[in-house]
Amino acid sequence: MSTFYDEVQEIRGRYPEGTLSAVLPALRLAQERHGWLSRQAIEETAEALEVTPAYCYSVASFYDMFHLEAVGRHTIEVCTNVCCGLVNAQGVLEAFERALEIAPGETTPDGEITLRAVECLGGCATPTIVAVDHRYRQSVTPGDVPAILEELRSD
Amino acid sequence: MTETTVRVAEGPALVLAGYDGAPLLTLDAYRAVGGYAQLEQARAQDPQAVIQEVVESNLRGRGGAFFPTGRKASFIPTPDKIAKPIYITVNADESEPGTFKDREIMLKVPHRLVEGCLIAAHAIQSKHVYIYIRGEYVAEYEALQGAVDEARAAGILGQVEIVIHRGAGAYICGEETALLESLEGKRGQPRSKPPFPAISGVYASPTLINNVESIATIPAVLAVGPDEYAKIGAPPDSTGTRLFCLSGNVSLPGVYEAPHGITVRHLIYDVGGGVPDGHTLKAVMMGGSSFPVMTPDDLDTPLDANSLGARGYFIGSGVVTVIDERTCIVQFALRVAQFYMHESCGKCTPCRVGTRWLVQLLRAVEEGTARERDLELTLDVCDRIIGKCLCVLGDSAAMPVASCVTKFRDEFRAHVEQGGCPFGADSQLAGLFAPVDQHAHTSVAQEAAV
Repeated sequence: MSTFYDEVQEIRGRYPEGTLSAVLPALRLAQERHGWLSRQAIEETAEALEVTPAYCYSVASFYDMFHLEAVGRHTIEVCTNVCCGLVNAQGVLEAFERALEIAPGETTPDGEITLRAVECLGGCATPTIVAVDHRYRQSVTPGDVPAILEELRSD
Repeated sequence: MTETTVRVAEGPALVLAGYDGAPLLTLDAYRAVGGYAQLEQARAQDPQAVIQEVVESNLRGRGGAFFPTGRKASFIPTPDKIAKPIYITVNADESEPGTFKDREIMLKVPHRLVEGCLIAAHAIQSKHVYIYIRGEYVAEYEALQGAVDEARAAGILGQVEIVIHRGAGAYICGEETALLESLEGKRGQPRSKPPFPAISGVYASPTLINNVESIATIPAVLAVGPDEYAKIGAPPDSTGTRLFCLSGNVSLPGVYEAPHGITVRHLIYDVGGGVPDGHTLKAVMMGGSSFPVMTPDDLDTPLDANSLGARGYFIGSGVVTVIDERTCIVQFALRVAQFYMHESCGKCTPCRVGTRWLVQLLRAVEEGTARERDLELTLDVCDRIIGKCLCVLGDSAAMPVASCVTKFRDEFRAHVEQGGCPFGADSQLAGLFAPVDQHAHTSVAQEAAV
């Protein structure tokens, strides 16, 4: 298995020399490896990209998908924009909140599941869209919540 | 788990040509419906002639701005005029609320996007294509990457390299200059224009930026010929078909390809089966959440840029989201404003401060603490945002909010007079959580325990 450093160099090779275009893909790769962008993950990324950790932080903090705090082993992201909202996204979100006993933005005490509310995921014809570990589930209703959680907990 | 309905509603199948319910993911499947034939023909032509065909078709941008695609390509200097690489960036950052068509192109006919990229690359003599896809699109990325890899292995890319660049969650990166910043590995904050991307885009080089659907339409333009294409839809300005995104309180939501010029009513009632469960249409989120909402008296407006424009609407990214009578329009305006507050990049003060102010005002109206004069203040804030920033994100908050206050004045006034929401908890959007509030909250379970 190639090292993180080598993989980042491969990514850099896709873009013109001397540009910083590899920053987003490298941060994504670091997050995939560490689960979130810990100080260590940021420093490794910065090292591989030959930029400062501060630069990596400044970029990462702009984007919603980068986690600068620890998240659970699984993430559940519920779209609560208008189109899903018209078809009971709030009910879906609340069903997750009740079952997990956490609020949006929080992680269960056992570190297993992070619940987030997110903006439009682009699946408006099949509301409510819930991204479970970044894979879209379509037409999710409050009734689907127990099965989704059961699936994650048995994983 | 249901699948998104994707089909040709009427008129010719152009973007969806050959798609009959089974995704055309492989090269063989795409070739079987005539795929890459237009690329072959285009490559046999002079690049300028290809641009000329797109100009004559009057294809216009499907991302929201409706700028003539061929003219945009003609702004790119030819390689003999500039000693820099020429780039194409495809905007696949589809994030406008209510928009879900580019995603279906990538999932159902990914090779058509690849073919469009390669035709465009030939036309402007570029060897470098970046497809900037929103980071949340995972299955879409995989389908598209599979198509690119297969095309490369088959030698179809030729001298052109296509790199799929994944975003990381930022609505603003759909704005073309923010996209370029993001592609360069920076925070996605828009640039001031000029210089325009055609002269100085990514890496300060000439860059053509087009939406996924625009690029995926190019093979069809060449297949039917520019003259025929220009007769489809609502010529001369709104030619061809487009993928309409129908959602909300409608029986058959989905992506429907249809010619420009069908009416909003036809799309909602005849194609989409109308408003379910005996409810009535109250408003339409027309074009996307960035634009003025449509009231029922305008449902017979044809879906073309001029007809919509004459009534103060925009075709945007082809969004038609139905809102029925159970919805409090103040809650709608608030949730829309919250979205733009969350997504404002913070660079320009009117947008950064104005979107926050709009949220505060609309929340006060919804909660019943606003006064009559706050409605005027809301419109005033909108007025002080529109046209005063580097990009249109602020306008995109102000236009829908102003339209709600203006067109549903009685409903806003009722909130003020009653000291609260007339709908109470019965509105479909009641209490809808917004990510912008994620930092200060208690869960419903915790609230119940108190």
